[in-house]
Amino acid sequence: MSNDTAVDEFGNELMLPTQSEVSAPFWEMASKGVLVVQKCPDSGRLLFPPRPRSPFGRRAVPEWVSVTGKGTIWSFVVPRPPLTPQFAAVPSYNVIVVALDEDPRVRLVGNLVEGPDAPINSVDPATITIGEPVEVVFGKPLVEGTTLPRWRRVVPVAGTSGPDGT
Amino acid sequence: MSGQGLQDQAVIAGIAQSRFGRGLEETEYELACDVILAALADAGIDPSEVDGLVSYSIESSDETAIGKAVGTGELTFFARLPFGGGSAPASVGLLAMAVAAGQCSVGVAFRSRKRASRQARTWTRHGRGGEVAVGEEFSRAYGLVRPTDEVAMLARRYMHEYGATRDHLANVALACNRHGSANPAAMSYQRPLTREMYMASRWVSEPLCLYDNCLESDGALATVVVSAERSRSLRQTPVYIHSFAQGLPRQQHSMVNYFNDDPLYGPSWTCGRSLFARSEFQPQDIDVAQIYDAFSPLVLLSLEGYGFCKRGEAGPFTEDGGIEIGGRLPVNTSGGSLSEAYIHGFNLLVEGVRQVRGSSPNQVADVESSMVSGAEAVGTSALILRK
Repeated sequence: MSNDTAVDEFGNELMLPTQSEVSAPFWEMASKGVLVVQKCPDSGRLLFPPRPRSPFGRRAVPEWVSVTGKGTIWSFVVPRPPLTPQFAAVPSYNVIVVALDEDPRVRLVGNLVEGPDAPINSVDPATITIGEPVEVVFGKPLVEGTTLPRWRRVVPVAGTSGPDGT
Repeated sequence: MSGQGLQDQAVIAGIAQSRFGRGLEETEYELACDVILAALADAGIDPSEVDGLVSYSIESSDETAIGKAVGTGELTFFARLPFGGGSAPASVGLLAMAVAAGQCSVGVAFRSRKRASRQARTWTRHGRGGEVAVGEEFSRAYGLVRPTDEVAMLARRYMHEYGATRDHLANVALACNRHGSANPAAMSYQRPLTREMYMASRWVSEPLCLYDNCLESDGALATVVVSAERSRSLRQTPVYIHSFAQGLPRQQHSMVNYFNDDPLYGPSWTCGRSLFARSEFQPQDIDVAQIYDAFSPLVLLSLEGYGFCKRGEAGPFTEDGGIEIGGRLPVNTSGGSLSEAYIHGFNLLVEGVRQVRGSSPNQVADVESSMVSGAEAVGTSALILRK
């Protein structure tokens, strides 16, 4: 699990996911480079975010299953200051919502990046479009025990290697 | 008055508000006491008669604090409401239920909040000590930090699906500003906004710009609820609580409602269905509406959820002054959260009452029915008030 005083390379306090008992397998598997979501054992329906019981079946305890990590961009934003210092330090970063190919009703929030360990603002936000295909990548842990799933383009777009397109 | 359920059994008999601004001298506690006493004076009721008290779960002054400072009577009904901005209509609705059920006879609902300073905004507290709630576990760490970012995500998708534009968002901001800039109590009084200013303003969370975001304000408001029978002997024109509803859709996620089948089907839809099922007034009959506007896209989503237009048609509904005084449906006639003050929607509630009394700074003619909504994107509530 993450600690209370994790900081980024600039010394800014990191905003870390508050992992709960029910979500622990998601983060454990993410640390191993595997994207997992829950599945209702009865209806087969995928569930996200995690929960202790499935509302879609009678055998209610969900299972964890791995997914391909392929999806499309459902929406995106470009937050601008005022922000917390961690995010103010990376101008023009994006946040995307990805709809999974396995079930587009299952969507995850993440960042579109050039590669597994590329900066959060490595993609020019002006090039992002809703519907673009993306795939999950896993870089270095943010802190021990916490690796955030990230997303990169399946089809590269020319001239997108920096916030200014440089 | 023999309608179903709660219909017209209780009234709002008193209202009050503090000054709105940045850096008010009084504490939240002092502001709360002052507006509660002023609302009771407005109603002509002594504080010792108060036996019901309702506020938000995040209100900083609790029932004992209020009681010992304003001198309430023995409280026989008290409750708090979750979800912040969804709560103002429900605070009155709960009291109406309690009055109708005989659980209390004089109820006060209030909200006091000083959030004009940066430190008062919850998103600035970050890291593991920063109260990142369980529901935010899968969004905050990616830099979706503030409520504006969370709503911007839904707004982008809405614009993509239905062809709504920044001009439509601007229509919301401009309507609120037109009303707020003519309201002497508003923070935007005599500060007109133009479409050019809107388009030239800085991004806060693209696709939302500065003027898509509400003001940051200090202030407080209160209302007094009594039975219809009691109100006949009071000094103010009774404002009947005609219909009250709360709404929380299946599989809803507060603010980050991206994880269910239909993220653009929000709490307004659930709430609106119950609200109008319990009402003699239907959407086309509503004379004026106060619609929760912490962010301009929430107004578009709410116009659809409450049935003022079809899904996807709220953008065009705002065109040609559609939500301004004189338009199809005058909205946020005191300026709302965008141009009067942001007190978690409580100023919208009080303006909804003024419109029925005939005392609004931007009075709509011959108001028979006045709707007030809480926040879209969280568990919400709404009221239809009538003469």
